[in-house]
Amino acid sequence: MGEVTDLSGAGPGFVTTRLSAALGWARKYSFFSYPFSTACCAMEFFAVASPRFDVARFGAEFPRFSPRQADLLWVVGTISQRQAPVLRRIYEQMTEPKWVMAFGTCASCGGFYDNYATLAGIDKIIPCDIYVPGCPPRPEAVLDGLLLLQDKIKRGDRTPGIVKPRRDPADQPRARGVAR
Amino acid sequence: MSLELLDILAAELGPALIEKSSDHGDDTAVVDPASWLRAARFLRDDSRCDMQMMVDLCAVDFPQREPRFDVVMHLHSLSKGHRLRLKTRVGKPSGDGAELESVVSVWAGANWFERETFDMMGISFRGHPDLRRILTYPEFVGHPLRKDYPANRIQPLVQFRQGYEKVPPFDEFEGMSFGRKTFGNGRAG
Repeated sequence: MGEVTDLSGAGPGFVTTRLSAALGWARKYSFFSYPFSTACCAMEFFAVASPRFDVARFGAEFPRFSPRQADLLWVVGTISQRQAPVLRRIYEQMTEPKWVMAFGTCASCGGFYDNYATLAGIDKIIPCDIYVPGCPPRPEAVLDGLLLLQDKIKRGDRTPGIVKPRRDPADQPRARGVAR
Repeated sequence: MSLELLDILAAELGPALIEKSSDHGDDTAVVDPASWLRAARFLRDDSRCDMQMMVDLCAVDFPQREPRFDVVMHLHSLSKGHRLRLKTRVGKPSGDGAELESVVSVWAGANWFERETFDMMGISFRGHPDLRRILTYPEFVGHPLRKDYPANRIQPLVQFRQGYEKVPPFDEFEGMSFGRKTFGNGRAG
C-alpha cells in the first residue's frame, strides 16, 4: 500500500494491495541468478544472457557468483552422481526465498544418460520450480520458462511448471500453389 | 621396420610373447602377464625400440573368456616413429584375480590411466603408487564398464564431502592449495 501522485498531478491518491502480492511483484522482476553450468546447455545460457535474446528485459540479467547472494538457481546441464552433493550444498547455501530452474533435458530428468554416472533429474535432490525441456532448449524456451516462473511467483504458486513446446514460425510448411 | 620391432620383442621375450600380428601395419604383441613389466621396460630402454611415449592404457572385457580381460597399452616412439600395441590377458571369468604389474615406474604418465582402468574395469595394478578411483567416488560399488555391471543400476547418492584427504604422490602445492588453505581452517568448501 502506498501513496502515489495521480496522473493529472492534481493530488495524492492511493493504491491498495496485499503485502504478498507486492513482494511477489517485486521479486519476479529482480532475480539474482546463480548459473550452475556444467555442460553444453551452458552455450544456450550464454545466448539467453547475451544481447540478442537479452534476459535483462525480464530483470534476471545479474548473475551472482556466490549462491549466498542469489535467489534463482539455474541448473544448466548434466549433473553426475558425484556432483549431486555439491549441487545440494549450493542450493542449501542460497537465501530464502529461492527458486530453481532445470535448464534442459539432462537437468530435468537425466536425458539420454541412463547410466551409472548420471543423476536422473535434479528433483531427486532439490525441489525444482521450472522444467525447460530441450537438448539444449532454444533461448525462446528458456525465456518462456522464465516468464512462467515469474507468473508463478506473482501468484504465489510453488507447484512445478513445465515449458510447453512452441512451434518455430520458420518451420511452418510452405503453402502450396503460391508463387509458382 | 614394423616386422623388425616385433622380431626384436620376440627375441627378447621368447615364449612369454604369446601372439604377434601386424594387421594393416598395426603391430600387436600379446605377452604373458608375468612379463608385462619386463616387456614395458625393455621397449622403453632398448635403443632399437626406444618407446618413450605411453599413449594409452585401457582394458577390454570378454565375459565368456578365460582369462577374461585384455589390458591394452599403446606405445609410440618419438625418435623412431613406430608404434606398438601391447596386450596381455588377466582375470578369471568371475572377475577375480585381475592383477597386473604397474608400469608407472616405466612411464609416469601411466598413473591416471591405470587408475581409470582400475575404476572402470576393476583391474588392480601391483606397485601403483596411488590406486584409487579416479572417475567415480569412493563409495561406488563395483566397476561400471564390466559387461556384467547392470546398465540401469543407480548407486545411492553420497553426502557432501567435508574436507579432503591428502594422498602420497601429491605435495602441498597440488591443485589450488592456496584457496583451500586460506579459508575455514584448511577445509575445502
